[in-house]
Amino acid sequence: MAKAPSAQAHAPAPAVAASHHELSKEQLRAIFRSMLLQRTVDNRGFQLNRQGKIPFAAGSEGHEAVQAGAGMAFQRGRDLLVPYYRDVGLCMACGFPTIEVFYSLFARAKDNGGGRQFPSHLTKKSAGIFSFSSIIAGHMAHAVGAAYALKYRNERDRAVICTFGEGATSEGEWHEAMNFAGLHRLPIVFLCENNQWAISTPQEKQMAVKDVAIKASGYGMEGVIIDGFDPIAVYDAVAAAREKAASGGGPTLIEAKCYRFLSHTTDDDDRTYRSKEEVESHRKDDPVPRFERWLVEHGVVSTVEVEALKKDVLREVNECTDAAEAEPYPQASELYTNLVEGAWEPWQ
Amino acid sequence: MAVTTGTNVMNNVEAVRATLYEALKNDPRTLVMGEDVGPRGNVFLITKGFLDEFGPQRVLDTPLAEASIVGIAVGMAMEGLRPIAEIQFSDFIFPAFNQIVGEAAKTRYRSNGDFTCPLVIRTPYGGGVRGSLSHSISVEALFYHVPGLKIVAPSTPADMKGLLNAAIDDPDPVLYLEHKKTYRLIKGEVPDGHYTIPIGKAAVRKEGHQLTVVSYGLNVHQALEAANQLEADEALKVEVIDLRSIRPMDKQTILASVRKTRKLLIIHEDNKFGGIGAEISAMVAEEALFDLDAPIHRLCGPDVPPMGYALPLEEEFMISTERMKQRMREMVKF
Repeated sequence: MAKAPSAQAHAPAPAVAASHHELSKEQLRAIFRSMLLQRTVDNRGFQLNRQGKIPFAAGSEGHEAVQAGAGMAFQRGRDLLVPYYRDVGLCMACGFPTIEVFYSLFARAKDNGGGRQFPSHLTKKSAGIFSFSSIIAGHMAHAVGAAYALKYRNERDRAVICTFGEGATSEGEWHEAMNFAGLHRLPIVFLCENNQWAISTPQEKQMAVKDVAIKASGYGMEGVIIDGFDPIAVYDAVAAAREKAASGGGPTLIEAKCYRFLSHTTDDDDRTYRSKEEVESHRKDDPVPRFERWLVEHGVVSTVEVEALKKDVLREVNECTDAAEAEPYPQASELYTNLVEGAWEPWQ
Repeated sequence: MAVTTGTNVMNNVEAVRATLYEALKNDPRTLVMGEDVGPRGNVFLITKGFLDEFGPQRVLDTPLAEASIVGIAVGMAMEGLRPIAEIQFSDFIFPAFNQIVGEAAKTRYRSNGDFTCPLVIRTPYGGGVRGSLSHSISVEALFYHVPGLKIVAPSTPADMKGLLNAAIDDPDPVLYLEHKKTYRLIKGEVPDGHYTIPIGKAAVRKEGHQLTVVSYGLNVHQALEAANQLEADEALKVEVIDLRSIRPMDKQTILASVRKTRKLLIIHEDNKFGGIGAEISAMVAEEALFDLDAPIHRLCGPDVPPMGYALPLEEEFMISTERMKQRMREMVKF
C-alpha cells in the first residue's frame, strides 16, 4: 500500500500485490466471480442497448478490480455504501441482487427505484446502499452526513464507503464534504475510482496534480494510492481504511488508479476524443484476465474451474436478462406516487 | 393537535427559539446545524445557550459552506436523524440550491420511497432592516416551482411554533422561511406545550366581503392594519388571508374567499414577475374567473434586486401600509 504523494500508476506494475492480504481461497474466488459478473453485466447492458431493447446503459469496464476488492471489504449489514453511477459492480459486490440490476436496466416496475432513474442509479436501503442522483459529487455530503449519524449514535464498528470518479474532485461539494469529514474525523472511506476520463475530459484538464490522493493532506486525512487493476491491493487498502474508520481513526482518501475501457455511456463515442492506441495500451493490463492468470498461477483456481465460473456467470446474466425483460413497466399512474408521504397538493 | 396548559407572549424570534429548544429536548434525533449557531447562538441569538445544554454534536457549528450544510443534513436525514439546518441569511442559500432542489426534494421520489429526507431548512428572509442587496432577499419564488419541496412562511409567533413543529415532524423536506423584520417586531400569544399547525393550511385573519387580500410574512401584518383602518374609517370590509404555507398552497381557502368577495389582491414583498402572486392569479383565473368582478391585482416588490442599502432605496422597494390601503380602497370601489 503506497502512500501519497508517491505516484503509482497501474500500468508498469502488472503483478498482483499479494504480499500481505489475508483473503481465503474462497474469498479470492468470490472476488474473481464478482469481476466476471461485472464485465458480463456491462457487456449485456451495451448489447441490449444496441439491440434497441433499452435506451441507455453505462459500463464500468476497467473498474472491476476496484469494485470487487472494495466490495469484499464492505461489511454487509453494518456498513453503508454511498456510490456513484459507475458502481453497478460495487453495488452487486456489496449485496445488490443481479436480477435487480436488470430491473433497473429495463426500467421495470420491480426496480427498487420504480424505474424512475437511469440504469446504474441503484438504491437499496435494506442493503445499506444509498440512493443517489446523477449530479456529480452531490452524494459526497450525504455520505458525510450518514457518517456523522453513525458517530452521533455512537455506533461502533460501522463505516461509510463513498465512491466517486476523479472528475468529481473538481466540484466544490467534494471539497466541502472532505473538509467536514476530516474536521470531525468521521467513520468514512473515500474511494476515488480514477479512470482518467470524465466523459471526454482527461485528468490533466481536471486538476494540476497527478494524484488525487495528495489532496487528502488538505483535509487532515491520509491519502493512499493503489493499483486499481489489482483487486487484492484494493481490498487491502479499503479493508485497512474501513477498519481505521470503524474504530474511530477517522477518514481516508484512497485513489485507485484504473481505466475506463468503454465510452462514457451507450450515448457516447470515445473515438471522438481519445485514440484507439491509448485504450489498447491499457487493455494489455486488463484486470479481469490479469487476475485470472494470477489465480491459476497461484493454484487458487484451475483453468477448468475458470471455465465453469464463466459459464455460471453467463447463465446467471442470461436468466436475469430474460426474467427482467418479461416483467412489466411501471403503470403510468406511478408517476404521481412517492413524491412526499401521502398526497402532494390536495387539488391534484 | 394541541395539548396546551396556557399561553406566553413572545415575539417571533422567541417563538422559534422556544420551539427549537423543545425539539432538542424531546427528540434525541434532532440537531441544529449551521454557521455560528454554537457559542454565538446564531446571529439573531435564536440558539443562544443551546450549546451549553445540548453539546457540540447537537448544536453543530458548521464550516462556512452552505451547499454542504444542506447536503450533510440530507445524509443525516437519510440515515435516520432529524436535522434542522440553518442558512444564516436566505441570500446565502444559492450554493445549496442543488442540494435542496436536486437532492432533498427528490430523495423519496427517485428512490420510490426507499429513502426519505425528513429535513428542515430554516432561513431568515426579507427586508426593511437596512440589510442591503445581500441580506434582504425573498427566496420563496425561486423554490416554489419544485415539486416535493414544502415551503412555509409563518407570520405570527403562534404560527412560528406550530409550523416549525409541523416541519420538524414532517417526513419530507421543508423550507422554513422567517421574515427577519418580524423577528422582534411581531409579538403574540403562543400556547404552551407541543402543537402543530398543518402545512398547507392558510388562515383567514380578518373576515370581509368586499375584497380578498392574500399575503404572507411581514406584509400580512401591514395588510391587517390597512384593512382595519379602512373598516374603522371608511366602513370597507376587506378579508385578509395569511397564506402561512407557500407550498402546498391552500387553494380551497383562497377560492372560497374569492367566490365570496369577487375581488382579489395579492400582496408580497418578493419581486412581482414570476412571484407567488403569479401562481395564485393563474389558479384563480383558471378556477374562478367568472366569479370575479374586477381584474386580479398584485402589489409586490418591484422587479429590481432587493434592495438598495440607502434608506430611500429600501423604502421605495418595501410596500408601505399606506400603499396597501390605497390599493385596497381602489379595488373595493372598482
